[in-house]
Amino acid sequence: MKVGVVVFPGSNCDRDMYHVLTDVFNLDAQYYWHEKSLPKNIDAIILPGGFSYGDRLRAGVIAAHSPIIKDVQKMAKKGIPVLGVCNGFQILVESGLLPGVLLKNESLNFMCEWTNLIVENNKTPFTNQFKLREKIPIPIANGEGRYYVDDETLKELKKKNQIVFRYDEVVNGSSNRIAGVCNEDGNVVGMMPHPERAVESEINPIDNKPSSLIFESLLSKMGVSN
Amino acid sequence: MSLEPQELNELKSKIGREPTSTELQIVAAEWSEHCSYKSSKRHLKMLPMKGPLVITEKGYDSGVLDVGDGYVVTAHIESHNHPSAVEPYGGAATGVGGVIRDILSAGTRPIAIFDGLRFGDIEKDQQARWLFKNAVTGIADYGNCLGIPTIGGEVEFDRCYENYALVDVAAVGFGKKENLIKNHAKKGDIVVLMGGSTGRDGIGGSQFASDSLESEDRSAVQIPDPFIEKLIIEAILEARNEKLIHAMKDLGGGGLSCAISETADALEIGIEMDVDKVHTRESDMHPDEIMVSESQERMLIVTSKTKFKKLQEICKKFRIGCSVIGIVKSDNQMHVKKGKKTFANLPTDVVANATLLDLPSKEPAYLKNIEKEKKLKPISDYSKIMMKLLASPNIASKIWVYGQYDHEVGIRTVVKPGRDASVLRLDNGKFLSVKIDGNPKQCYINPREGAIGCFEEACRNVVCTGAKPIGMLDHLQFGNPKDPEIFWTFLESLKGLTDFAKDYKIPCVGGKVSLYNETPDGPIKPTPLIGVIGLIDKTPQIPQIINKDDCLIIVGETKDELGGSEYFEYIHKFIGGKCPTVDFTESKKNMKSVLEIIPKKLLKSVHDCSKGGLAVAVSELSMNNQIGCKVDLNKVPAKKLDADRILFSESHSRYLLTFDKKNLSKVEKILKKNKTSYEIIGKFGGEKIQFSKGTKSIIDLRVDKAQKTWLNSLKDLVLHG
Repeated sequence: MKVGVVVFPGSNCDRDMYHVLTDVFNLDAQYYWHEKSLPKNIDAIILPGGFSYGDRLRAGVIAAHSPIIKDVQKMAKKGIPVLGVCNGFQILVESGLLPGVLLKNESLNFMCEWTNLIVENNKTPFTNQFKLREKIPIPIANGEGRYYVDDETLKELKKKNQIVFRYDEVVNGSSNRIAGVCNEDGNVVGMMPHPERAVESEINPIDNKPSSLIFESLLSKMGVSN
Repeated sequence: MSLEPQELNELKSKIGREPTSTELQIVAAEWSEHCSYKSSKRHLKMLPMKGPLVITEKGYDSGVLDVGDGYVVTAHIESHNHPSAVEPYGGAATGVGGVIRDILSAGTRPIAIFDGLRFGDIEKDQQARWLFKNAVTGIADYGNCLGIPTIGGEVEFDRCYENYALVDVAAVGFGKKENLIKNHAKKGDIVVLMGGSTGRDGIGGSQFASDSLESEDRSAVQIPDPFIEKLIIEAILEARNEKLIHAMKDLGGGGLSCAISETADALEIGIEMDVDKVHTRESDMHPDEIMVSESQERMLIVTSKTKFKKLQEICKKFRIGCSVIGIVKSDNQMHVKKGKKTFANLPTDVVANATLLDLPSKEPAYLKNIEKEKKLKPISDYSKIMMKLLASPNIASKIWVYGQYDHEVGIRTVVKPGRDASVLRLDNGKFLSVKIDGNPKQCYINPREGAIGCFEEACRNVVCTGAKPIGMLDHLQFGNPKDPEIFWTFLESLKGLTDFAKDYKIPCVGGKVSLYNETPDGPIKPTPLIGVIGLIDKTPQIPQIINKDDCLIIVGETKDELGGSEYFEYIHKFIGGKCPTVDFTESKKNMKSVLEIIPKKLLKSVHDCSKGGLAVAVSELSMNNQIGCKVDLNKVPAKKLDADRILFSESHSRYLLTFDKKNLSKVEKILKKNKTSYEIIGKFGGEKIQFSKGTKSIIDLRVDKAQKTWLNSLKDLVLHG
């Protein structure tokens, strides 16, 4: 199974994601520079975290106009699983693949801390191994991580089961404590917290198993046993 | 901001003619205190720099340590005090940028950032609060964008930093030994300037930093651009993998003047360069400005003509500037032209080697009586005092600071910030533990013992994680060296550090001297800052949750050493008293015992006693684990001391060990075998932090209440005053 890790100028969690995909889950991962095109036989795409274009104008907005995004959009339409983490989530939102916007945190500060997520949708390619409402201890690290949608869109998201993760407690003031959403088809998922920072017990002070299920879900979706 | 008259004469006699204006600018930058270390250099040689793990190469800006299995760790420390005191956001951010490029210069990837921040009294001084808040944001915005975790440091407030700021940044890099850049160059090689454009920011920055801070010269402060720095890091590491780099140096203080002259001098070559080839931000820049601009995010690379094409492709991929500005010659001259016209042509050894000074020193008069104590006001309620200390800016949790730094990126952070020292995992299965420590309050009272104390404290912190100290970084920050009393404190500190380093066999792998740290109100207190790098072969001590009935042992003796303590200075507003001293034999014995116990996996945590003494150290354990603790002060090894001295003395070489009581005999066996001074002083449980002396209760606090105060007080102070 081939996973593409898209690298933008300023991405800085690409190597961490690559390490987790290859060294922890034995996947065949490949980096794709933002000016390149994606091969047709790719099985999943991950947009890692970081500061693409130094977060200028607004986090993710410039990267959303990178040449590779057209390919990501095409493949997303075909149903290929796409995961955006942190800045990757911001890019997916800015490129119109996911609804909503990401605003500055309520504290107006960058926040790096461990939080708990609650799984609200276990039907996506990245959550199919979770029990509904399962708790995931996981770190966040962002300055513009407050997910916002208007009330009407929020109703739609709930109706169409597009809320994937919510924070267990109020963390940054996001609408409905949303931490991650998916598109209507469920194959494109964006999340602010960093699963790649939580899957190894050596660096996870709480419990690394729940975060691992995000990657195991992808393996299961592809019919690969790990 | 120029050469002193005797320096001008010296330059004239060395080159046998009148210097041009460009030559004057170049030499003034390079002979500044900041670039030349002219006041300190002859004394710095006393520090031991060699050791079995130290790798030295010519022209390195960072220290290199061999950590085995073909891997190396690089480390460096810098400060950006003057700029940060004027423009804290940009000053602190560019301070991070500079030290990161030093790590990169050796060909290693930067993997961690540490910062030591010092400001005036933020409880009273609004400006100090503003400086603090913006320096933290500057570091966060820069480091976070680079994707290099900021995993440690310290924050301290003292009135001596009023209208000023000390912003120290240390960084650590990691890489394969075979990828280290072995700086070399030969005739015909080309000199490339890579990265950001050269503009009018930071002009005269190194001279600005080599004088007392009297005016707010904002044009001397550089403008940060972390995005370009991130692109440079990736481009250079790609070029390194392709073996395209012969020699490399970052552009810092003194800009091109310094980078060109020092590279040429170190490699014993000549460089001829054309300022018209430098990619500039503005079109009408004068050669003088181009030569001394300290615009950030620039690297100087020496490569061959054939390799340049590939280097250019990499720069194109990352869309960063890359100009061939010069050529390597064999004449040992630094030749600066604009088109065909010569603006400077100087021997590189003249430029790069200022005449070293031998400044006079004299013991300061204030030291005569400073260790004498005055009579203190009696304390009626120690619980109240304890709460006051936990809320005080120097002791309160720094979570408001490190919570703004991405300390997880890079997925190496095994022990997170907020503990004794942070721990990173390395690719060869070993672990790295790093800590920086300073203590100007103690260094003011006793410059020698205070400096040694900083060194021992940094060692103690890495020992708490199970690491053996393998290298140190020193950053010596003092006032005007031409004041013999200030220079005496510099020498005393340096001698102390040298004695410690030699005795403990910890080589100094890098350092920096920052002088002229003073404002019209006076100099700062002596502020040496010591970074210690520790290596763990197998088992790091990762703090585990402490449970009911777990035991608490103190290793080391508590002495009557309250000079410079938070208790004296914050509670009693008294500066003076006996400065804590390190007994080398006892200190080494304690370290050895702790390092012997940790790999046996008997302990839940190891914590050192430092600021605020035993009382604060025990409270931190309770608050971090949300569990009470009962300590009997009569059990603490101390020679007939009153309760307040046992509680708050800041004696060195002390460790708190916590463990399940079933491991007691095994822990004691090792301590006894090594004849370590220790005692079981209490146990955990309940919801209160309690200190008693026999049956008499001294402190009685609810853990939740204490924790709330400790966690929130710094944030509340910054945000709401």
